[in-house]
Amino acid sequence: MAFLEIKDLKVHFPIKGGIFGRTVDHIKAVDGVSLAVEKGMTYGLVGESGSGKTTTGRAVLGLNKVTDGKIIYNGRDITSLRGSKLDYRKDIQMIFQDPYSSLNPKKRVLDIVSEPLKNYEKLSRQEIKKRVQELLELVGLSPESIVKYPHQFSGGQRQRIGVARAIALKPKIIIADEPVSALDVSVQAQVLNFMQDIQSELDLTYIFISHDLGVIKHMCDHIGIMYRGRYVEEGTTEAIFNDPQHIYTKRLVAAIPDINPRNREKQLHFRQEVETEYEQSYNDYFDEDGLAFQLQTISDKHSVALPERS
Amino acid sequence: MSNELLQIKNLKTSFRIGDDYYAAVDDVHLTLNKNETLAIVGESGCGKSALAFSVMGLHNRAKIEGNILFKDQDIVNISSNNLNKLRGKDMAMIFQDPLTALNPLMMIGDQIGETIFLHDNLTKDQRKAKVIDLLNKVGIPRAEHTYTQYPHELSGGMRQRVIIAMAIANDPELLIADEPTTALDATIQSQILGLINELKQDMHAGIILITHDLGVVAEMADRVAVMYAGEIVEITDVLTLFEDPLHPYTKSLLNSMPTSVQAKEKLHVIQGIVPSLQHLPRTGCRFSARIPWVPESEHEEHPQLHEVRPGHFVRCTCYKSFEFPEAHKEEQRHGIS
Amino acid sequence: MWKFTVRRMLIMIPQLILLSLLIFIMAQMMPGDALTGLIDPSVDPETIEQQREKLGLNEPWHVQYADWVSGAVQGDFGQSFRFKMPVTDLMMERMINTFWLSLVTLIITYIISIPLGITSGRYNDTWADQAITSYTYIGFATPLFIFALVMLWIFGFYFGWFPTGGSVKPGLEPGTFEYILSRFNHLLLPAISMSLIATVSTVQYLRNDIIDTKQKDFIITARSKGAPESRVYNRHILRNSLLPIAAFFGYELTGLIGGTVFVETIFSYPGMGQLFIESITLRDYSVVTATTLLFGVAAVLGTLISDIILSIVDPRIRIK
Repeated sequence: MAFLEIKDLKVHFPIKGGIFGRTVDHIKAVDGVSLAVEKGMTYGLVGESGSGKTTTGRAVLGLNKVTDGKIIYNGRDITSLRGSKLDYRKDIQMIFQDPYSSLNPKKRVLDIVSEPLKNYEKLSRQEIKKRVQELLELVGLSPESIVKYPHQFSGGQRQRIGVARAIALKPKIIIADEPVSALDVSVQAQVLNFMQDIQSELDLTYIFISHDLGVIKHMCDHIGIMYRGRYVEEGTTEAIFNDPQHIYTKRLVAAIPDINPRNREKQLHFRQEVETEYEQSYNDYFDEDGLAFQLQTISDKHSVALPERS
Repeated sequence: MSNELLQIKNLKTSFRIGDDYYAAVDDVHLTLNKNETLAIVGESGCGKSALAFSVMGLHNRAKIEGNILFKDQDIVNISSNNLNKLRGKDMAMIFQDPLTALNPLMMIGDQIGETIFLHDNLTKDQRKAKVIDLLNKVGIPRAEHTYTQYPHELSGGMRQRVIIAMAIANDPELLIADEPTTALDATIQSQILGLINELKQDMHAGIILITHDLGVVAEMADRVAVMYAGEIVEITDVLTLFEDPLHPYTKSLLNSMPTSVQAKEKLHVIQGIVPSLQHLPRTGCRFSARIPWVPESEHEEHPQLHEVRPGHFVRCTCYKSFEFPEAHKEEQRHGIS
Repeated sequence: MWKFTVRRMLIMIPQLILLSLLIFIMAQMMPGDALTGLIDPSVDPETIEQQREKLGLNEPWHVQYADWVSGAVQGDFGQSFRFKMPVTDLMMERMINTFWLSLVTLIITYIISIPLGITSGRYNDTWADQAITSYTYIGFATPLFIFALVMLWIFGFYFGWFPTGGSVKPGLEPGTFEYILSRFNHLLLPAISMSLIATVSTVQYLRNDIIDTKQKDFIITARSKGAPESRVYNRHILRNSLLPIAAFFGYELTGLIGGTVFVETIFSYPGMGQLFIESITLRDYSVVTATTLLFGVAAVLGTLISDIILSIVDPRIRIK
């Protein structure tokens, strides 16, 4: 049984229109997504802007209302729990994209990191201070940092503060929404290494949301590729990168810049081929609304959205 | 007639903070040839955008010293009138964020048309025809329709195509692209880069490509200049940069890319942080604080660019003995806190 | 855009109903009623009671409200008990006076504030900007009624350049050039007084918006196209910065209403504001409710105008 399971998740947002502002239609931000993550693993959600990857992550946290489907955490249905049953929330935490805007600039690090502690645990001020200092040490910041403000830190350090806040309640799952997109390469490397370290130290399960396939390939065991609210392909990292089946995935993989300048011609040629295939076989991969079909299992490690074979 | 389109000599661009001026670009020498793509690489705060803005004369309150020779004409102290004759015509710029770079209240057609209007005496109809031509050229479907649209009605990729159409409207000889694909999705990025490459072949323009993404460099550049803390630390052709990088900073950057190691392996981390403008080290090797295991004696007192082979320059002598030490691996992983 | 306008106007209906209800309830809660002020101790209480019955003052409140609203919709606000004439007739002339006063005030406000705002925003942190900003701070800090009094004393009494009361010199034939000139002359000083105070918020607003727009990326784009500075300002910065000013227009109207109440009273200018204050002190309730309602309607219309202007000039709203 998987540690976190999402079954046929749908998140639809109403579109208001007409003179009286009635709901005339829905934006199907997430439209039937299923996935399963094993404990201690990293699951990558990939897609371009508007694909629904962030909405999926937010739905797991209870930040978006689920229209339909189930979210099962550790064998328990947490889809629409309310009130006192929300204690699962401390087990699932989020790291945000922008380390500059996700931290309140007017608060000290002590207050930022202790916020979840104050919400869920009854600790004395001394205990809180001690816990925060431990957390900061864990993320590689000096314990004296607690009296500083976010602007006194570099981008990578700020992202660590965000991580310290996320792991304060000893969560089991962390949803990382584009955690390194706003960072420079060397800082990005710092944060990625560090995320791997705490994963093994704290036995964390990650859902890693990103549009950067290089980062996804580096971090993830399993990958789901999303397009307009649906899955187009799902599988192990090797399966997705070495044997992409869906034309959408192929295009994504082909778009990754090759860091060997000698491959330029080859890469250009490859992209042109994929582009030709995309144009020619578009109708084989997308339905009449331009959406992906249902996933079909092609091996135990790999599923692709293809029309049902008759 | 020389092949050099742009020559930058001793360029120093300083910004005023409080009562003092701080150089964001410090003693930079560069040349760009016709029909060449020169990439300028570095992390945020290294001065690469400040350099591009200096060339375009877009800094409002900066102190600019040194020479920028564009087609043998010095454009540092040029009158604003003469500068405006060059900008948009002989040299043009592509910006990072295509949404904010477009005027939200002007029709796409008018925004591109303005570039033509400012430099050309065409009738209204001729101008419109030319704009539609340009929209077609940058691969915008239904150009006639897009002409009357507003920026918010277009997708990010389409907006960037509009920006490019605007930049190439008058067939510039120098094109500066400042992080042209950073704000775009991966497939759109490869399309836009492809478009820039195609256009370059048509126009024979010199391109300065500002980017932090070494993948983009590998796909686009002929030559590469690596900047750190306002200085150029290494400059060479693109093959050498990836196959035989010399400066410790270049090596560090390459090693910190996720694609440079096996999945799940540790990435290289540069110790410390990029210093802010006020705290840039102004003496000695500016990178020395980030490689503390390298003994003082390996650095030059006044680091110079050394030509190690024709066209390949490296700053400071510390590159000669530089390696990533095993013993430091553990510290490197976390960086300095 | 039509959809937007229609929808925006539909929103107004509940706003107006709520407004009229509030005004009516407040009027009901005021001590006494229309007859209180008229009671002559010698009048027989029976007669008063009959009178009340006849005027419908003994009906339940919702019936009275319905009567009042249906009258108001037809332009009938009842009788003024002080002036012994229909409220509508009483207000008509005053409304025209107030309309002209407001219009001239608005024009002067924009004539002053737009150039000042542009200068201040374009050359920010120069001495000119500092002078203009100081003016706006003084303007913010000065209460209109004190400023108006000072203006009246200096230019009305001390120099005698302007008339100190009324809306027109008595004895002039309406329609003649002299008549128009006299009316203009009468409203100029109150209008200038009001504008000088009202203008400061617009100046500040415009200044801040220009400084903000100046730093936008598309301004850099415009410069990189080779647009000279004058064009950058006229084509790119001003157009974008005047947009919120247009949107501000409706609120300016609302602010004017408050202004006219003070200014008309101080300058004894026979407009709606003066009528409002007078009728409050005289407990002429039918006039108070009618003027309040009209002020309220004007404010609601002001925001409507703002929204419609904005929807015309801003393509981002126009499309939806």
